[in-house]
This record gives sequence, C-alpha cells and structure tokens, in this order.
Amino acid sequence: MNEVTPPISPTPEKPIIEIRNFNFAYGSTQALFDISMDIGEKEVTALIGPSGCGKSTFLRCFNRMNDLIDNTRIPSGEIKISGVDIYNRDVDVIELRKHVGMVFQKSNPFPKSIYDNIAYGLRIQGIKRKSQLDSVVEECLRGAALWDEVKDRLSESALGMSGGQQQRLCIARALAVKPEIILMDEPCSALDPVATAKVEELIHGLKKDYTIVIVTHNMQQAARLSDRTAFFYLGKLIEYGPTEQIFMNPENPKTEAYVSGRFG
Amino acid sequence: MPKPKRHRFSIRPSRKKTTEVLAVNLFRLMTYCVILAAAYIFVDIAVNGSKAVFQSKAPFINTQFLTEKPQTLHVFEPLEPYNDLQRLHGQILRLEAKRKALGKNDAQQDAEYAIEISSLQTEMETLDAQRKAGRLKYSDDEFRALTETPDPSKFKHETYAYSGGGIGPAIIGTCLLVLGSIAIALSLGLLCAIYLSEYSRPGKTLQAIRLSVLNLSGVPSIVFGLFGFGMFVLFFGWGVSMIAGWFTLAIMALPVIIAASEESMRAIPRGFREGSLALGATKWTSIRTNVLPYALPGILTPSIMGIARVAGETAPIMFTAAYALRDQLPWEGLKQPTDFFFQGVMALPYHIYVVSSKIPQNEYTRDMQYGTAFVFLFIVGFFALSSILLRIKVRSKYKW
Repeated sequence: MNEVTPPISPTPEKPIIEIRNFNFAYGSTQALFDISMDIGEKEVTALIGPSGCGKSTFLRCFNRMNDLIDNTRIPSGEIKISGVDIYNRDVDVIELRKHVGMVFQKSNPFPKSIYDNIAYGLRIQGIKRKSQLDSVVEECLRGAALWDEVKDRLSESALGMSGGQQQRLCIARALAVKPEIILMDEPCSALDPVATAKVEELIHGLKKDYTIVIVTHNMQQAARLSDRTAFFYLGKLIEYGPTEQIFMNPENPKTEAYVSGRFG
Repeated sequence: MPKPKRHRFSIRPSRKKTTEVLAVNLFRLMTYCVILAAAYIFVDIAVNGSKAVFQSKAPFINTQFLTEKPQTLHVFEPLEPYNDLQRLHGQILRLEAKRKALGKNDAQQDAEYAIEISSLQTEMETLDAQRKAGRLKYSDDEFRALTETPDPSKFKHETYAYSGGGIGPAIIGTCLLVLGSIAIALSLGLLCAIYLSEYSRPGKTLQAIRLSVLNLSGVPSIVFGLFGFGMFVLFFGWGVSMIAGWFTLAIMALPVIIAASEESMRAIPRGFREGSLALGATKWTSIRTNVLPYALPGILTPSIMGIARVAGETAPIMFTAAYALRDQLPWEGLKQPTDFFFQGVMALPYHIYVVSSKIPQNEYTRDMQYGTAFVFLFIVGFFALSSILLRIKVRSKYKW
C-alpha cells in the first residue's frame, strides 16, 4: 500500500503541532514511517490503532521522552511545535517539556503527599513561596475536578487515593507547570468505567484551555472525546480526519476494518 | 476400632513422600547446625568477654577496661600458696612419670597412682583459689602510684605485657575508622552508582566496569592492606595514619555499596523518573528528588553493614592505620588540627590480633582477648542496629 500518501487534510485552522515526513527508529528497527499531520490548537486529537502500531512512540516524540531510550534516532523528518523544530540542536528539552506535559498509562503519583505532588513541578523550578504554591495547588486540583474530594487530606500520601483519583492527580500535576499541550498515553486503560467516565469528563473540560493529544485503545473513548482522530497501523499513519468521518465514513478499508472491530 | 475404609484420596506411602520427609529433615538439621555454631560463638565470646567488661560491684561495668589504655599488668602472687602449688605440681609430674613407666603390667598399682594424682589435683585447686583470692593486680599506672610495693618476702612480683588497663583508645580508634570510612565509602560509592545506573550507556564497557567493581569484593583483605600501604602510606606519603586507613577500608567496602546502591536505584519504578522528567525536571533533579530518596533505605543498610564488616578486618589496617599501642587519645597532643587525620590509631581487631599472637599467652591475656572481642561485637552490633533503625525510619517516610 505504498501509494497511500498520508493525508494532512483536514488541516486544522490553527495547527500547533506540525509533523512533516517524520521517521523514527529504535536502533535498526524503524518504528514510524514518513508521518505528516497537523494537530490543531485547543482540540482533542486521538491516536488509535492496534498494539505495537507506534502510536505511543509517536506521542512520546512530542516531548522527546524517547530521548531517554538508548539508540533511538530520527532518520528524517521534523516536528514543529508553535513553529519551532523541537529536534533542533538549540532546543532545551527541559523548556519543551514544561510546555508539553504528559500523563502516563500507568498512573505514577510520587510517593509524597497530594500537595507535594502538585507542587513538585513548581518546586523544581525554584518556586518556594508558600502562598503561590497554595494557590496553584488549589487551582490545579479544581482544574482536575479533584479539589472537593481531597481538600481535607492534602498532606496525606497520594498513594492512598483510588486509581482514578491518582490518574486525575497526575493530570493536575501536569497542569501545574502551565503547559500548552498535554499528551495522554492511554490514561484510562487501568481504570474502571466509573473512574474512566470522570477522567473523560475532565479531559472534555480541559479542551477549552489546552491542546490534548490522547492515545487510546478504546475506540468509543476516541469517538466520545476527540475532535480529530488518526489511525495508525504498523508505524504508518493510515488515515487522519475529523472523528465523525473516521468512525462513520472512513476512506481507507483498513480504517473501516479497525473501527468496526474486525481486527486490532 | 474398625479400620477406616479406603477411598480415592486416602494416604498411601510412596518413595517420593519418603524423600520429601528426609529432605525436609535434612534441611532442618543443617539449619539447626548453623544456628548452633553461631550461638556457640556468641555465647562463648559473651560469657568469657563479660568477665572483663562487667564486674560484680557497682557500677557493674568495668569502666577501667573500657576507658584506659592498655598497660603492663603487675601481679603480686602470694608466696605461700604459690610455693605449695609449685611443690604439688612437681609431685604430680613425678607420679605421672612413674605411672607411665609402670606400663600395663600392674593394674592395682596403676589405680593407686591415679587416686593419688586426683587427690593432689583437688588440693591444687583449693590452693589455686586461695592464690587468686590473695593475689594483688595493678595496672602500670596504679603500680607507679603505689607508695610502697608489697613485701617481696610475702609476694612474688610478675609483669605481663598488654594485660592490664583497658582498651579505650582501641574503641575510640575503631569508631573513628568506621565513621570516616562510612563517609568516604558512601560518597564515593553513591556517586559511582548513580553514574553507573542512571547515566552510563548500557553496553560491553559498562558490563566490564560493573564486573571489575564486583570482583574487587573477591580480593583478599591483605591485598587491600598492601595496596593501601603502597598507595596511601608510601606514595601519597600519609604515613601510617587514620586517613590512610579510612581510604583503604572505604575501597574495600565499595563493591558492596555500589552493588547495593545500583540494585536499589534500579528497583525504583520508571514511572517516578518519567513523571518528573515530563514535568520539566533535569535528569539530576529527577534523580535527586525522585530516585535517591526512595532508594536510600536500600542503600544505607547494606552500606553500613558492609562497612561494619570491613571494619572487622585486621589485614587492611595492619599496615595503614593501626598502632599496637598508643599512649595518647586521637585528640591529644595535636600540633595542628590537620594532624588529627595523619596519626595512627589503635583498633579493636588489630588489638585482638596483637594480644592473641604477639605476646606470650597467659591467664591474664585471655580476659583481654575475650573482653576486646566482646566489646567489638557489641560495637558492630550497634552499627548494624542503627542502620536497621535508620532504614525503618526512612522507609516509613517513603512508601509505595
């Protein structure tokens, strides 16, 4: 299927992430092939596809989390965020990661208090003023719809929270450093339906302030949450378009087979 | 009683079950053997050592033994039982010689000799108890302070090297050696382990480095002693000094510390690292705030135990740091503050070695050896216990 040129369209009106002919490899194994797409500002973009199709790898390219893995390389292509090529030599990864936050598949609150978890991002930037930390912690917990549940036990360990609360805490923690973009790597895969619903509700609410890119296995979730959906298969972007179109009227037969549950 | 009816699941003997029972009992037996051996060592040292460390009068602890420096022991044996003892001893020897010459020819005469010898021996024991009650023991200091020495016509004066006084300087020296080498070994080992586990790229070179560090732990301690002597004492020109001992002991403990620290840091979930990196932390910030604190309990305990273990070695400090005898305590008589590091100290393991093998053995050195061993066990136990308490404290703070 070499003739499939990954469609950039429909181009979002205000693209914040622009990916052009992006290739990515773990050592000699190429994981992503020639991906080009635009991700719109303050939209939710879902990346779907079967296991091992490279969607998580792709997501981790946006904040250069893959730098942590040895022997990764980018044979060609570029990713621009707000017009800056993030793989350029003069990019400070630390600054990039402050602007592109991330929420992981397995919720990973630090074994500290709830308060310290949220304040962590600010403290490592050298902000120590109690009043400022207090206000940010409250703001972020309200932003993640957790405030009412935890306001009386901010000094308790974050590990005493339920799985869903922990994941929302991780989202709140990401909000604290005021990112523009939040990457979510299957944030609900370890949660029960009730907790999932709460996280989804939260994501929905965050949309007006943040650009969200979410990797998900759950196609209903992609359909419920996202404005645009990209379907990946074997490291290639097969189809990208408005979510409705991908689910109701896909152009590519593979997309259709996947969204209708015939494989994956 | 009627025999119970056999059914599908009733117990039947089989060879496998016999082997199972045998195996379990073998394991149990071996475990008991180990426990017995360990218990014997501890009880032996504790029982014999407590004679030197404790006393029957208040304050029940022999402060002289714990604080004073080792001294020559002056003993005044009361002549009366002493001479009798010598005489009895001669009689016994003569009787035994006669008995031996008799051979197996005369069983009756042999039995008579045996009775005679045992009666003489009981007599000797009572006399010996008298001698012990009547003898006077003085450490060198006390001896010099005496206004008049006991009457030579009534007492026989004998001296025994290292058998009087106490082991104060050795206790202090060992504690100083342990503390200093903990500081050096922990900082060296921890920094090295951080680099190896967090920063270095995995590959053949790293494997080689790791292997060579681990192999260090297989090097005999005497080799470390010689290395320390060549490197620190001679090449660096530090002389036989505390600082040379610190470095030698620290290098000896490094393999344990590096291995334990690496292990402990690798056990920290990747999520903590990724979580903080994704928030814009630098790698070092992430390690400092989100790896080290959680790895600390796993680092500290094996490290302190490792140092305590190494501190018990005689060979590495024999050439580098230990003096057989030193009059002054480490903080006495310093010309300038840095001299503190460049002085030799007494150390408990070396003291045990000296007292057990460098001087003639007698009933008085025995107390010294066991007493020193007992105090030494106690100190090692104290370090081990404090490291465990430290771990409990740190672990309760960070749990996941």
